[in-house]
Amino acid sequence: MAMTAAHAAPQDYSAFLRAGDTDGEQTVDLLVQGARCAACMAKIERGVGALRGVTSARLNLTTGKLSVGLAGGGDPAQVIGRLEELGYRATPFDPMQAISQRDREGRRLAMALGVAAFGAGNAMMFSVPIWAGLFGQELGPATRTLMMWLSAAVGAPCAVYAGMPFFQSAWRSLRVGRANMDVPISIGVVLTLAISFVETVLRGRDAYFDAAVSLLFLLLIGRWLDHRLRASARSAAADLLAMQAPAATVIGQDGERRVPLREVSAGDLLLVRPGERIPVDGRIEAGCSELDNALLTGETAPLAVKGGDLCRSGGLNLTGVLTLRAAARAEDSAVAAIARLVELGAQSRSRYVRWADKAAALYVPIVHTAAAATFALGWAVGLGPREALLRAVAVLIITCPCALGLAVPAVQVTASARLFRRGVLVKSGAALERLAEVDHVVFDKTGVLTEGRPRLVDPVAAEIAMAAPLARASSHPLARALAAHAGSVMLADDVVETPGQGLEGRIAGRLARLGRAAFVGVAGAPSSETELWLAIEGEAKIRFVFEDGLRSDAVKVVEDLRRRGLTMEILSGDTAGPVARAAKATGIESWSAGLSPQEKAERLARRAGEGRRVLMVGDGLNDAAALAVAHAAMAPGAALDASQNAADLIFAGDRLAPVVEALDIARSARGRAMENFAFAALYNAVAAPAAMLGFINPFVAALAMSGSSMVVTLNALRTGWRRP
Amino acid sequence: MAAAVNILIFLAPASVFLALIGLAAFWWTLGHGQYDDPQGDASRILLDDPSDRPGRP
Repeated sequence: MAMTAAHAAPQDYSAFLRAGDTDGEQTVDLLVQGARCAACMAKIERGVGALRGVTSARLNLTTGKLSVGLAGGGDPAQVIGRLEELGYRATPFDPMQAISQRDREGRRLAMALGVAAFGAGNAMMFSVPIWAGLFGQELGPATRTLMMWLSAAVGAPCAVYAGMPFFQSAWRSLRVGRANMDVPISIGVVLTLAISFVETVLRGRDAYFDAAVSLLFLLLIGRWLDHRLRASARSAAADLLAMQAPAATVIGQDGERRVPLREVSAGDLLLVRPGERIPVDGRIEAGCSELDNALLTGETAPLAVKGGDLCRSGGLNLTGVLTLRAAARAEDSAVAAIARLVELGAQSRSRYVRWADKAAALYVPIVHTAAAATFALGWAVGLGPREALLRAVAVLIITCPCALGLAVPAVQVTASARLFRRGVLVKSGAALERLAEVDHVVFDKTGVLTEGRPRLVDPVAAEIAMAAPLARASSHPLARALAAHAGSVMLADDVVETPGQGLEGRIAGRLARLGRAAFVGVAGAPSSETELWLAIEGEAKIRFVFEDGLRSDAVKVVEDLRRRGLTMEILSGDTAGPVARAAKATGIESWSAGLSPQEKAERLARRAGEGRRVLMVGDGLNDAAALAVAHAAMAPGAALDASQNAADLIFAGDRLAPVVEALDIARSARGRAMENFAFAALYNAVAAPAAMLGFINPFVAALAMSGSSMVVTLNALRTGWRRP
Repeated sequence: MAAAVNILIFLAPASVFLALIGLAAFWWTLGHGQYDDPQGDASRILLDDPSDRPGRP
């Protein structure tokens, strides 16, 4: 039980502290898993707050981050220990990341939204009398001009402030010689404000100050929704990263220290306990153990390592405490080579043109040509330049891109919220668009189709009960799989674990061994990595065989996908035997085994060359490159950080069904978005000619604009309502 | 008639002023992080401990 003592050794978390708000105080940010309700919050805040040296503890229930203020004597390790006692796993958060999370852009957008709401409401208040005047109510020209001036005084400054995000974006895009959606919006708003001022000064009839601000208000809602979607996905992705390889334990002259991964340099001496991942590539100085490389290579069988062996980063240490000499920095480790492939894939993916941009590419030239034609023709047929210009501006306002600017973000926010509730995290709106288009699915085997952990074959209750007292004492995956079948049992006495070999202890006074064939004294048996032997003094030796079982719903998912018209194949880095078995069990005919990460990526590129749009579902580091080149990519929540970075969607839990659910919702989202585009096109087809012929006055403009936005928003809310 | 319209000189600025107060309140709440943790704030009201006040730590 020397191992337990090593686990309890105090660790130094000083690298994660940052200066607090007041002198002498420091703050540490912790990511807490599993806190969901008011009771959890009270328990955590009181439990941590009662610790010595803790001045404040506040949990953000929305993001799951606990902010702890520490004064002299406060120790983050103690806080983490207390959280563990309370039943919550906690990880320190990199202080640099914590600061960058203060969301400047989100506040700027929210403020612009607030100002636009204020401006729209108040400018419209002054517009109501003007509208009444349009319908022949008593309103003298002097009063009307007064109202127009008041409307201008409130509406114009608000429009300038609320329009800034659009003006800036339009300017940035024009400078690189392109026109994005914000260019017509900016031109529309500026022209509208200018013409309204001219009308007000000339004591005319039509002022559109309220229309300009409400247009910005509606567009800002879409912009803000889109921002929220991206921000929440980004912070959730950062959380996942923080949970996985947050820190390495460096052995220095003054003991062990936990440091952020990027501060590890080549030559550092690192301590890796059982259950931790190898942080960077390194050579073993002391200790022997077994490594689970399933996420690296897709191989299910653990790899035995001893002093002098080279370990690659990402492997999971199973049994023994290892001391490593770091051979590379985190950025230069085995992961980095794959990261470069991922980057290449991400570049090809960034060329994807989003739906809204495709629609904008059609919308902009048509509307601007129509507006210019209205002006030219109107003047030509003798309307006079002022009236012709008014009509041209009316065309720009009435064909407002609200439906375009609001339709897609509203659909995507609704879709990702529904997916989030089913445990699927969507990393961007574009991910949903690409997922809706896939027609071919590529599965990795280990950890995707299978659970990625061993399961006992043909369990016999009596045999398990005999082995359980020993199996309980180990964290080795085979022993844990065995113990999972047993109920609560007494631990064996005097248990000693020999890394890479097995366990020895006394059960009811009799000496017992559980482990490899050679360890328990079975001579001549082929030593397999996927079996355990049990020997109890005076009893026959018992053999337990394990295999990596399929996820419980893998067969059904394959069936569901086939029914939706998708073709499937398996690309795995594992050996042919297990891959063939998984393919047969799930009913996927096409499979390949023993592939390297590059070969996987090449296979996907070849499929893309054939005109297929491929969804890649993978978890390992060996899948990261393939995930990045795929048209759309999903990774389970247990995947390595590099894979989660490369994937568009991440799903949690033991089931594979989220793949089907995500596909259904993405397709439903595409349906809603297309309906919204169709509605917007229809609306514009009616409104634009009406504006050209001069039927549009400020009242009709305000009504039509907010009406069309309302329709697309309500339609967006239907996304994924019915379970298909 | 003229007297009835004159009231606008007071009413219009007054209504804009009232709305400005609302806008200032929104700006204040935004600056004080009141939208950072909607779930937590909704739960905090259920706790009996009077020291659990909304706002930043």
